[in-house]
Amino acid sequence: MGKHNTPMLDELEKGPWPSFVSDIKQQVANGKHVLKEAPDDLLGVMELSYVDKVTHWKHGGIVGVFGYGGGIIGRYCDQPQMFPGVAHFHTVRVNQPSSKFYTAKYLRELCDLWERHGSGLTNMHGSTGDIVFLGTTTDHLEPLFFEMTHELNQDLGGSGSNLRTPECCLGQSRCEFACYDTQEACDNLTHEYQDELHRPAFPYKFKFKFDGCPNGCVASIARSDMSFIGTWRDNIRIDQAAVKAYVGGEFAPNAGAYSGRDWGKFDIQKEVVDLCPTGCMRWDGSKLEINDKECVRCMHCLNVMPRALRKGLDTGVSILFGAKAPILEGAQMSTLTVPFLKMESPFSEAKDLVEKVWDWWMEEGKNRERLGELIQRKTFQEFLRVCELDPDPRMVDEPRSNPYIFWKEEEVEGGWTRDIDAFRAKHQR
Amino acid sequence: MTEEEAKKIILEALQGKSAAKSKFYLKDFYAMIPDMKAREVKNIVNRMVSEGTLEYWSSGSTTLIGLKGMGKQHSEED
Repeated sequence: MGKHNTPMLDELEKGPWPSFVSDIKQQVANGKHVLKEAPDDLLGVMELSYVDKVTHWKHGGIVGVFGYGGGIIGRYCDQPQMFPGVAHFHTVRVNQPSSKFYTAKYLRELCDLWERHGSGLTNMHGSTGDIVFLGTTTDHLEPLFFEMTHELNQDLGGSGSNLRTPECCLGQSRCEFACYDTQEACDNLTHEYQDELHRPAFPYKFKFKFDGCPNGCVASIARSDMSFIGTWRDNIRIDQAAVKAYVGGEFAPNAGAYSGRDWGKFDIQKEVVDLCPTGCMRWDGSKLEINDKECVRCMHCLNVMPRALRKGLDTGVSILFGAKAPILEGAQMSTLTVPFLKMESPFSEAKDLVEKVWDWWMEEGKNRERLGELIQRKTFQEFLRVCELDPDPRMVDEPRSNPYIFWKEEEVEGGWTRDIDAFRAKHQR
Repeated sequence: MTEEEAKKIILEALQGKSAAKSKFYLKDFYAMIPDMKAREVKNIVNRMVSEGTLEYWSSGSTTLIGLKGMGKQHSEED
């Protein structure tokens, strides 16, 4: 047993799932971490928070590493005498490798580094994808940063009013749905925008996320201010022989997923054609047809029959802006702004767009206002003007609720000024 | 306006307010030098942090900036 009595936390270990409480206890018993008391006191302060039903962490701090304005988040406990091991308990965000590929050797080196300079406790991974080191003191920050950057060639991630650590799906490394090289795009933009990633630049946080296809494995449409979602502008490729093989039961639908129950024989009409959200598919018993102009990239048919249906060959991205997931007001999805862009190195067109949007947000955004909120406040019409894009029906996702159309003066013949004498000649007062 | 002039204006503005307020949003600095582009002001502010004149305060989600050593946070680190 540790130094604190923790009956409420112990209760959490009894459920069917792996328990973070057990993990922390394991670190208490076996860890080689330099901050000896930290994991034990972390259990103690959590137990106290459960009893008091209120947090005992204080919010934020001035700590960081030289030259950086992000990646380190100050944390302090408001009961330092009771829990000295977590009196100072700063968080370190480590920029994860693209798609979170790493070797066991690299992971061991990271964990060893963290035991030399912190509590040994990690969060794999934070919501933005960072490797999160939980709990260290200010004197360890610079040595940790030096070793991490010079020996492991590893950088910190983003925090505060910075560009946050960009994140991508597995992309073409493992997935045949990927419409562009998400890892290359993520890596390229990470390097391009180092200054914005490491030093505060904006009214609030800004996130890029790169999904290789509309399945959205990093959920860019829901979680990023600028979502890059792979798509294609030609037709879905159909292998009619493979379609018949699915219908005949030769291939398992959904690549064998959901096979734990007997769902009966695969029914292409019921399970694919009738579920198409735009009704753009037809099956006549021997041939599958798709009206590609109506396809909205829901991905259902490709997911059910991946050996028969494949993405087109003319691939790129759709770019959407303005998602956020605030706790208080509910989620907002991002809005389609660029229907199609070829996404190839050096990604110049995407970067031009990024910089136009940032300049506008930096000038017009209020403190703590996300890009999506600014677009709502200033209108999508204004946002398109900033992006120098023409409106397109594909940007519309519902009938408009505002009956007014706001014209700019230069769009109206004669402008706003009028000759009052000419008006009065025709209209008496 | 030169960078040195901009830094002087920023310092004077912060010192004038330091009794009432010790931390500022980046946007507050834009208002101190309205003739300069936001991006340039941001770069100057970040350089002033590197030089040790200003310092960041971060909640993790938002960053505030103030004169180094001002505010109650320093007592935490003493």
